[in-house]
Amino acid sequence: MTTKGEKRIVSEEDKIFAKNFNIMDHPDIPTGLPPHLQLQRTRVLCKNDAPIHTASVSYSGAYNAVGVDNSVKLENFSENFKVDVIEISKDGMELTFDMIGIDAAIANAFRRILLAELPTMAFEKVFIANNTSIVQDEVLAQRMGLVPIAADPKLFEYLSENDQPNEKNTIVFKLHAKCAKGEGRKKVLTEQLIWLPNGSELVKESGDSNSKPKTYTSFSRSQKESFPEFADNPITPSYPDILIAKLGPGHEIELEAHAVKGIGKTHAKWSPVATAWYRMLPEVILLGEVEDEDAERLVKACPENVFDIEDMGNGRKRATVARPRDCTLCRQCVRQNYGEEVNKGVEEKEWIENVSLRRVKNHFIFKIESTGSLPPDVLFTEAVKILEDKCERVIANLS
Amino acid sequence: MEHGSFTNDSFASFTLAEEDHTLANAVRFMLNQDPRVTFAGYSIPHPSLECVNVRVQTTGDPAREVLKDACQELMLMNRHVRSVFDKAVSEFKVEQARLAAEEEKNKKAEEEELKKQRDLLASMDIESD
Repeated sequence: MTTKGEKRIVSEEDKIFAKNFNIMDHPDIPTGLPPHLQLQRTRVLCKNDAPIHTASVSYSGAYNAVGVDNSVKLENFSENFKVDVIEISKDGMELTFDMIGIDAAIANAFRRILLAELPTMAFEKVFIANNTSIVQDEVLAQRMGLVPIAADPKLFEYLSENDQPNEKNTIVFKLHAKCAKGEGRKKVLTEQLIWLPNGSELVKESGDSNSKPKTYTSFSRSQKESFPEFADNPITPSYPDILIAKLGPGHEIELEAHAVKGIGKTHAKWSPVATAWYRMLPEVILLGEVEDEDAERLVKACPENVFDIEDMGNGRKRATVARPRDCTLCRQCVRQNYGEEVNKGVEEKEWIENVSLRRVKNHFIFKIESTGSLPPDVLFTEAVKILEDKCERVIANLS
Repeated sequence: MEHGSFTNDSFASFTLAEEDHTLANAVRFMLNQDPRVTFAGYSIPHPSLECVNVRVQTTGDPAREVLKDACQELMLMNRHVRSVFDKAVSEFKVEQARLAAEEEKNKKAEEEELKKQRDLLASMDIESD
């Protein structure tokens, strides 16, 4: 310290020290984010009235003031990103997995692509030759459209407006169901759809009687030849037991349905998933010891059975968090008196918040339910590939 | 398409045709992660238009290059996601197959054990007769 009037002597050493001085190097300065900011950054807090800190902090310089770099670099991302497969259903069409260390912006892009931008095959044209059932033609056609077809869309091409339907872009099925008079009511199921590898059998009407009869498709050869994978196992709807219509005595349906390739953005019938969704990992924290009567009330209050009671000996009990993943965020445990009605006459206890409900912002429990044309793991990799293609296209456009 | 200035290329708006929130939000996130970016945002001018406008302002680098880098980064990220995901799924499937085989084995062993006991009982029955 220099006092007034005294001349300050600044040595060369001091200058170098001052030049290299960085407050963050000082041992007394805490490094990293302060805990409350870390909590805001990584967790959504689900409070009694509303969730707070829901947005993710994406600006790279958000924490410059405390010397923390908030940018995600590819190396850090590669180090921290993790996928845990939780469950694949018995038929292989439902997949649950945890995606850890990724931002919602990208996870949501995957979800949106799964729903709307992955191609599948679906019935686009239904030629109804005869329909005497009580289901009207247009309703029947709409129902047919929603039937999922177990055919790999990668093998087929899009049918553009000027194209003739051919063996590369169209799959043809026929359906002929009849309920004779005197019989009981009958169900028409998807197993009755018959694949026509040679294309349409319906003959187009033409004034010229001499020319060869034309059908509604122009297949140059059988799909059994052009797609060797279908030679032995014919194309079918994904499930044989989907109800299309019910027939009463004397009713008949005769139709031909043409399936083409498309994406869910155009019409939901082309969506390859029944649904694809994610939720953030719930985190349930007990803020203090919850004991005895209070513990029992807490366990009873939770409809999903997240809490358990632990015996502490000498007759005392304590609540523990046993299954936080089951939490549906009903917030019953953070409500006053755990949402119980307070009896009149009984004095209301002072409310103390015992539980903190949180969601981990970068941990997604992802579930994909495929409609059956492709297994869900293939769908996900395809979705990621589509996002890659989008990026590539932008780069190509800019250079 | 780029809407920028002739004199200063550190800020520009870009119109991405046939894109929506799917790409724009992910790109915006990647841009915000870049320390060179001072502002990044996107908007869809009208719900019936199939395009998004992406605004990029930087500390000095050309906005076009920064946006390209963001896309590149996102692409590499996706590639990594895909490889990690594929690995996780194949590992899970192998593990499932192993567990199933083990269960089968246990079942068989149990059945054999039961059979042995039954045989033993049967032989005892004969003896007692």
